Amino acid sequence: MTVVVVEAAGARSRAGLWRWARNPSAVVGGTLVGLVVLTALVSLVWTPYPPLAVDPSHTLARPSWAHLFGTDEYGRDVLSRVMAGSRISLYAGVVSVLVATAVGVPAGLLAAERGGIPAQVVLRLSDILYAFPALLAAITLSAALGASTTTAMLAIGIAFIPVFVRVTRSNALVVLGSDYVLAARAYGRRPLAILRRHVLPNIATTVIAQMSLLFSLAILAEAGLDYLGLGTTPPTASWGNMIETGQTYLSQDPLLSVWPGIAIFVAVLGFTLLGEGIAELRNARLGRSA
Amino acid sequence: MTLLSVRDLTVSAPGGLALVDGVSLDIEKGERVGLIGESGSGKSLTALAVMGLLGEELKATGHVFFGNEDLFAASERRRCQLRGDAISMIFQEPMMALNPTMRVGKQVGETLRIHRGLGRRAAARAAVDLLGRVELPDPQRCAMMYPHELSGGQRQRVMMAIAISCDPDVVLADEPTTALDVTVQRRVLELLDRLVAEEHCALLLITHDLAVVSEMCDRVVTMYGGRVVEVGPAARMLTSPAHPYTEALLETSLAVSVDAPSDGVLPAIAGSVPAAGAFPTGCPFRDRCPRRTEACEVTPPLAGDGTHAVACWWPIAQPVAGTSTR
Repeated sequence: MTVVVVEAAGARSRAGLWRWARNPSAVVGGTLVGLVVLTALVSLVWTPYPPLAVDPSHTLARPSWAHLFGTDEYGRDVLSRVMAGSRISLYAGVVSVLVATAVGVPAGLLAAERGGIPAQVVLRLSDILYAFPALLAAITLSAALGASTTTAMLAIGIAFIPVFVRVTRSNALVVLGSDYVLAARAYGRRPLAILRRHVLPNIATTVIAQMSLLFSLAILAEAGLDYLGLGTTPPTASWGNMIETGQTYLSQDPLLSVWPGIAIFVAVLGFTLLGEGIAELRNARLGRSA
Repeated sequence: MTLLSVRDLTVSAPGGLALVDGVSLDIEKGERVGLIGESGSGKSLTALAVMGLLGEELKATGHVFFGNEDLFAASERRRCQLRGDAISMIFQEPMMALNPTMRVGKQVGETLRIHRGLGRRAAARAAVDLLGRVELPDPQRCAMMYPHELSGGQRQRVMMAIAISCDPDVVLADEPTTALDVTVQRRVLELLDRLVAEEHCALLLITHDLAVVSEMCDRVVTMYGGRVVEVGPAARMLTSPAHPYTEALLETSLAVSVDAPSDGVLPAIAGSVPAAGAFPTGCPFRDRCPRRTEACEVTPPLAGDGTHAVACWWPIAQPVAGTSTR
């Protein structure tokens, strides 16, 4: 019996891998994301130079074999700083998306399951949050807490909550209206267990696709906040504050802003494509089983 | 002993429109009752109201007694206890009634975990047993599959396994074979017949198929326009129906099953079921009825002897008096 089961499961996962391999968005997105994640991991243990090591004799150096991306105004190695900056970007993306998911998904489920007044309260709060200028929220937060990566992550996470409320609620409503939820109620399942066992697994792929898409936006937003001086502050290397300092030396060394710009582009494109790929695969699967 | 007793059940839409209008019916212990009528007659709503699973926008009034307990007065907690345990339901669309992201065995075992407190492993073992009882080939393998890997007939068997898992006292089967291929309908019904017999449970079978009713059911209830128009023993109602609507249903189904005159025209009931709210006053069937008179403008009561009752001013086998508009 176990042999049969294992074989069946193996065949299923192989078929799943094959579907992934044939989806261009998923493949390209996955590769780019893999590159960024790998860079961040490597930077934890190794960078060509310490990202904070100053070298006054080599400021604003052009790219060379010694410094592939050149050096900045303090003679710090730009490649090392771009590598170190990937950690900040990923960290900010993960935390802000998790904050938004952790608040938005339960709120969306509540709105879908309860309906009526609770739903109206959740939805109107979410509308208010959506309408509130996110930048103003970020400025307020950094005024209250001081500019830091944490401030930026919080501001972005809060701004994303309404997206998850809406996505979760609309998808949960469809699942709650399905016959299998009616059947689950008919065999005595309680509402909370229905949400956990029937609704969540069926909206999971949509939520995950949304997480991936918002992850790319979060990276972009975090870089923007750093650029404005509301997020990660120098000397810590982040892509956003690197662009900002690069701007000052634009006439002397235009490449200084380009490198972190390319890094942001790769990361954002990667997560966007990955999100689209997940959504496409999900639709294909639903289309097939329908 | 009356197991399930529905009294004056009315289900109304938000505007106060009655979709089910004063339905009463009884199911004795171990009895099999067929509920027939065209689509839109209120059959499924009646079953859902008994289960307490009407949507929030629909309002049910009246009483549903399970034994001596009024279910409409019971707490939601108590109703959850009964659902799937004492009263279970089989749905029309087996494709839609199974969770696509959950393995079949787990879904079958769920009921036992809820109502019998079985652990994960015990429930998994019991699920395999149940899948075997509903004659699925290689139940151990089936238990590990997802619903989309099964055929429609197999999925309906899974639904039946769920329905009987807690030894229910009554099963409500809402057109269990309508969505299936004709070729597998019979086998699924034979299985249902056997399971109900083995479990000694009562059955409310909602169907269009009178041939099935005649084979499987002890009694028949005909519904039209949200009302019960005729109740009686299956043998009597399917050979000499008293309500013109039951007779019309019978004619349409006989023509298909017997080699009726092959003039190429299938008999149909004149007209079509009106939309809810568009039924005529008085007898809901009177616009389509060949026996209508002015008397039919007044709603006929459901009247008869203890076993056979009909809601018609001019039941068949009784001459139509007065001026017929026919």
